[in-house]
Amino acid sequence: MFRRSEQDKRPQVQIFVDGVAVAARQGDTVSAALLASGQDARRSTAVSGAPRLPYCMMGVCFDCLVTIDGVGNRQGCLVPVAEGMQIEIQKGKREIGR
Amino acid sequence: MSKNVDAIVIGGGIHGCSTTLHLCLAGLKPVLIEKDYAGRHASGVNAGGVRQLARHIPEIPLSIRSMGIWEKITDLLDDDCSFESHGQVLVAEDEDELAVCRARVAELNALGFTHEELIDAAELRRLVPAVAETCPGGVVSRRDGAANPAQTTTAFRRKAERLGATVREGVAAGNIRYSDGLWHVDAGSESFAAPVLVNAAGAWAGKIAADLGEPVPVETVAPMLMITSRVPHFIDPVVILRGRKLSFKQFKNGTVLIGGGHLAKPYQDRNETVLDWKSLATSAQTVFELFPVMRSATIVRAWAGIEAKMKDDIPVFGPSSRHRGLYHQFGFSLHGFQLGPGAGAVMAELIVNGGTQTRVSDLGIDRFHPSTL
Amino acid sequence: MTVAPKREDYDVVVIGAGPAGLAAAATSAEAGLSTLLLDENIGPGGQVFRAIASTPVTERNQLGADYWVGADLVQSLRASNAEVIHRATVWSLDRNLDIAVSIGGASAFVKAKRVILAIGALERPFPIPGWTLPGVMTAGAAQTMLKSSALVPDGRTVIAGQGPLLWLLAAQILRLGGRIDRILDTTERGNYFAALPHAFAFLTSPYFAKGLSMMREVKAKVQVVSGVTELAASGDGQLASVSYVAGGKRETIPTDLLLLHQGVVPNVNLAMAAGIEHRWDDLQLCWSPVLDASGNSSVAGIAIAGDGAGIGGANAAVVRGRIAARAAVDALAPASAAKLPATMATLRSDLAKAERGRLFLDTLFRPAPQFRIPSGDTIVCRCEEVTAKDVLDSVAIGATGPNQLKAYRRTGMGPCQGRLCGLTVTELMAQARGKTPQEIGYYRLRAPVKPITLAELAAVPKSEADVKAVVRG
Repeated sequence: MFRRSEQDKRPQVQIFVDGVAVAARQGDTVSAALLASGQDARRSTAVSGAPRLPYCMMGVCFDCLVTIDGVGNRQGCLVPVAEGMQIEIQKGKREIGR
Repeated sequence: MSKNVDAIVIGGGIHGCSTTLHLCLAGLKPVLIEKDYAGRHASGVNAGGVRQLARHIPEIPLSIRSMGIWEKITDLLDDDCSFESHGQVLVAEDEDELAVCRARVAELNALGFTHEELIDAAELRRLVPAVAETCPGGVVSRRDGAANPAQTTTAFRRKAERLGATVREGVAAGNIRYSDGLWHVDAGSESFAAPVLVNAAGAWAGKIAADLGEPVPVETVAPMLMITSRVPHFIDPVVILRGRKLSFKQFKNGTVLIGGGHLAKPYQDRNETVLDWKSLATSAQTVFELFPVMRSATIVRAWAGIEAKMKDDIPVFGPSSRHRGLYHQFGFSLHGFQLGPGAGAVMAELIVNGGTQTRVSDLGIDRFHPSTL
Repeated sequence: MTVAPKREDYDVVVIGAGPAGLAAAATSAEAGLSTLLLDENIGPGGQVFRAIASTPVTERNQLGADYWVGADLVQSLRASNAEVIHRATVWSLDRNLDIAVSIGGASAFVKAKRVILAIGALERPFPIPGWTLPGVMTAGAAQTMLKSSALVPDGRTVIAGQGPLLWLLAAQILRLGGRIDRILDTTERGNYFAALPHAFAFLTSPYFAKGLSMMREVKAKVQVVSGVTELAASGDGQLASVSYVAGGKRETIPTDLLLLHQGVVPNVNLAMAAGIEHRWDDLQLCWSPVLDASGNSSVAGIAIAGDGAGIGGANAAVVRGRIAARAAVDALAPASAAKLPATMATLRSDLAKAERGRLFLDTLFRPAPQFRIPSGDTIVCRCEEVTAKDVLDSVAIGATGPNQLKAYRRTGMGPCQGRLCGLTVTELMAQARGKTPQEIGYYRLRAPVKPITLAELAAVPKSEADVKAVVRG
């Protein structure tokens, strides 16, 4: 859906999406990195299980909700990637207490 | 020129709406006057607890009467009000608290009330698996449950209207006066007259009573609540604590409601409340300790509803001690929601029959003013 | 890495580091007031100057000269003594000017003598069939990715809607070598006539020449369909096609990415939760705060600047930020006001200049009713997945306004707290009930305006009385 412009010279950052290594760039938000990765990053909603991807990328729609380093329901579009970050795509209601 | 009706009810909370509906069922034509809209304040935004558990003894008969109506609420309102009955559990956090529970249940049993049941640690764990393991037991009221407060209050208003009640929302009742055997009340450009006036104005009822010569010790309070995002189902009954302020309930949709009576600052004239986050943090801390599984849940919203709290925490319910045709129904002191259906039924009996089989005599305004009637 | 505010009390707390917030914080700090700027994003810039200090897009002409103006604002801010905290989410503000802010998973409370809300705008909801499908995003979302990560669309891409941002985005995507297959312009033909009386001011504003050249640039490379009157996205769990009607003719095109945009509206959540009075704006079709000429709101001590004060664009936002800050200086340290470079009179005349042409744009790009007020199975509330029909059914059984609707359908009660459905719900209910949006009203918004975890709330300092309280109410 998206590709990186050649002029982007930022250093690479490795993150893990459901355990799979993904190359992001320093300064990417988690959501941007997911959309750039080409992987299936669709979460499913807590209400009906419908698939969603980020919609607004500016912190208002909450369709980018994702589990980051074990903390759920984070807004992926507001969190910058960090080396070794563990991302989990949320399916349905997020489990609590695990 | 006043429009003549059978009764004027002031206040569109669950109590005013329920009384209006029950007056209709008794064949009367009442008018309901609500300054905002039905359920705008405490009745629409409370925790929705349908609880007989841990009530003050004087209001237990009314609570039991109400429970019978709750269990058939769909028959009454053509709306299930999202009522669910999974019991309410009061948790004792240590042996001292459990001893208090034991004494309380014994006291109720001696009075002939059997709805509260002492439970041990094993039964507590069976009912509430997620509770911290250190809790030694508690009390359960198995028929209790919870409902959606706004849906319920609206359902009462709607059914009352369908049965012939006149409902005026968005206009405040004013210029209340008594002449020639009738109560007269203005509502916007209209004026109504009736032999019966019911003061069910919640946080605004104390002023009405005082203006009519019956001041009572009442204050305006705004208990705070907060709710989480949807989480997988993990608890059925409503949980309250013996010691600390907490009530805790998971809805069918997965959201968890956290309340318990910490107060916001009410600005009654502006219909506004300012939340006290440091107190809400105390609620969060309590949940954090009692339900470790909740620690990573997100709080999505917090709010407070404005209502009346009596100095003795018992409502003012029944006929005026000074005026014929005037009835009070307010001051439910943070626990009026469950009483709504029953209180409306009993109030209609008091108005129509002049009496009721349900014991409410300890709730009268005459506890503050000797009757002059 | 993340730091809590250095103090508990500030003269001025500015919320939001977009054009208005950057200007306000710099002005306030320059005058010597203790100033804290809190911003939710990774770096300064807000939306319009997004990633201004970090963008990987190094070829400056690709983002345009208007973008790089932001660098000067950041420069001025950094030269001032303002304390700046990014990734700081303000989740509560009340009429006592108590502010709760979440930074790095921990919440802090600060108190201000004056608060300047520079909370900006968000894109107007665009509730067409299929707008929740993966592959449908806002134009602003694509622009955010372009500015902050140099990401451009490379699948079959359709941009639909109207307004200046749409053309700017299209030009930027093309300059960076991205792909756009078609642009579907939803501007109502009648709007051109309605806007005509305001054309002179517009023709003499800077918007005109820039806008025209950008449209030429885009139209030379992309097929543009104007007069689009219907729009729908479809696909099974993923966008597959876009269908539209233009000139009475329906067409369906296979699409991987649909970017929607029909203007921006004030981001009201924090302001409304603070109790600030808002009114329905019939021209801009949104809620705008009631403000005086210095941006002061109905809550004493809180001013609003920038697009959160009513849409005015980036240039106006900068000036409004300076005006609000100057008013704070006048109130708190009148002796210091002389230090500031511009007088209030100069600032007001700057503002008039910056707002020139706005009426024309607002009239021309007033979105058509069918793109604001959906029907049938189209989703209105994305969080709780409530359709237009669900809303109308609730109206039929007695829901009279957005707050009553919550009891029936939970609209607005999900994590976005009505940001993506509120305007739609108000207009839909107004239409169904034959009332004005002002009469119908809006959700009562409450803190936390952004969700926080229970653990984070549990960790904040409690009041002594509550720790001791052991009696259940």
